[in-house]
Amino acid sequence: MSAFFAMGGYAAFVWPAYGATLAGFALAGLLSWRGYARARARLARLEGANEKTGP
Amino acid sequence: MLRYSNPGRFMDATAALLPWIAWSAGMLLAAGFYLALFVAPADYQQGEAARIMFVHVPAAWMAMFVYAAMAGASLTGLVFKHPLADVAAKAAAPLGACFTALALVTGMLWGKPMWGTYWVWDARLTSVLILFFVYLGYIALWSAIEEPARAARAAAIFCLVGAANLPVIHFSVDWWNTLHQPASVARLGRPAMDAGFLWPLLVMAAGYMTSFAALTILRMRTEILERRARALLLARAHGAHPLAPAHGAHAP
Repeated sequence: MSAFFAMGGYAAFVWPAYGATLAGFALAGLLSWRGYARARARLARLEGANEKTGP
Repeated sequence: MLRYSNPGRFMDATAALLPWIAWSAGMLLAAGFYLALFVAPADYQQGEAARIMFVHVPAAWMAMFVYAAMAGASLTGLVFKHPLADVAAKAAAPLGACFTALALVTGMLWGKPMWGTYWVWDARLTSVLILFFVYLGYIALWSAIEEPARAARAAAIFCLVGAANLPVIHFSVDWWNTLHQPASVARLGRPAMDAGFLWPLLVMAAGYMTSFAALTILRMRTEILERRARALLLARAHGAHPLAPAHGAHAP
């Protein structure tokens, strides 16, 4: 198992590369989802306000 | 009619499709990481450091593919005025920038043990760095212009001009002497790569591609919702009730 983590002496390069990739995907997913949730909530709020003031 | 119905149809279709695309993206990425770390052999020259290829190469492919797709969408938007074209290009840009950053970072981490340096100002590395800045410029242009229709036109023209960088990136390894190796998969004839490396790489690339599709659809939905909110606010500012029926007739 420790041989696996040592990556034949290249651990200092292989793991940061995979870590950066995972972090990039996680960040892109998180920010995209947060933007979507915000836009949905804002539109729902605006449409709700229109219902109230509508004829 | 087409102009107004398309975003609505897009919202309906993607609401059903998006969970499936997102799940396949997750599955493919998980399979790709497993194959890359546990199944693929070590390289006879580079040893375990060659595993960086499985995260570097798909990121570099996507960096270029996303930009080409944005350029295609920009052209469609300019010529045919398709209402979703600029939405798609705008939604994809930050993802393309992310892939480019990942290609650069993983490339540096691969360059240090193999070339002895994190960075050289050679043709391939420099042209990809320029691609990253072009992405940032495109994103900045969208946020610099308030009115969406005008921002879309300006950004589309900027995107098409920036597309001149794509062939430079692709052929940089042939046109100039560079440390970077030429293409091993995307070339005429058979890929110059053993099947033991090729399959994990292709699964990983499929994971990148489906993740990009899922996130782009999600971001396009966000943009459509934001434009609806903007239209609602504008209509309210002009005194009209945007949801009011034409002749006071209420829907059942």
